[in-house]
Amino acid sequence: MTQPTYDSLKVGDEIPTLTTPSVSRHTLALYCGASGDHNPIHVDLDFAKKSGLDDVIAHGMLSAGYLAQMLTNWVPQSALRSFNNRFTAMTQIGDTVSCSGKIVEKFEKDDEKFVRLELYSNTPQAQTIVAEAVLVLA
Amino acid sequence: MIDKKHIGYNFPPVTIPVEEGRLKFLAKSLGETKAIYTDPDAAKAAGYPGLLAPPTFPFMLEIDALDLVDFMSVLGETLEKLLHGEENFNYYAPIYAGDSITVRKRITDIIDKKGGALQFVISDNTFTNQHGKIVAETRTNYVFRHQ
Repeated sequence: MTQPTYDSLKVGDEIPTLTTPSVSRHTLALYCGASGDHNPIHVDLDFAKKSGLDDVIAHGMLSAGYLAQMLTNWVPQSALRSFNNRFTAMTQIGDTVSCSGKIVEKFEKDDEKFVRLELYSNTPQAQTIVAEAVLVLA
Repeated sequence: MIDKKHIGYNFPPVTIPVEEGRLKFLAKSLGETKAIYTDPDAAKAAGYPGLLAPPTFPFMLEIDALDLVDFMSVLGETLEKLLHGEENFNYYAPIYAGDSITVRKRITDIIDKKGGALQFVISDNTFTNQHGKIVAETRTNYVFRHQ
């Protein structure tokens, strides 16, 4: 993998995207156990209905994990300085999650070079996360 | 409604070992296949002391340190009303399998929205490794739907 450099990038550049297989109940069961987020709203249909939903919903952090994976497919994780996620809609069973991102700012501070990205997680129905990441690059 | 007396509350620090099997399971659950996240030998060959924890891992340490059900009990709330509003990470150093991370969690704000139909509970969290190095700080916005 050729690592992107500060000079090779410009504002507006899009980074390589990531699209997941559709989110299944099995996906959420695995993520429930692995993440430690045992909120039953993600795996227990009876509980989800009691909470006023039609079905279980995916963990927001699952999609944040996919966004992070898109970033670490592109740059080493050590480049990542901050990663801020705002959850804007729910991800439903059967949704694919499409992750994308673009460079919105380049700046230098304390002899280091940074790019700021806006990142988006989308399902076929909705934008589910709007995120921002700051990367330090050579 | 959640009582604002909880603003400023510091939960007791909790120290958590970062287990290799946990990180492998997490990678599987996310469909992550890069070897530094899944193969301890590959991680060591890459110069790391063990598997690398992914960027979202501090949130998992936060809820390991204080189970969501126990957090709800402190707030006098139930999980049925809970949604995740925001999750913000600042990174200072990597977390690896074999590390021991101390989690410090503090409720920094409780904000009423839409005339009390929603409440935001803001938790600021600090993660310190076994060498005394702060590896990450996070801010979690827990959203409660009261209607």
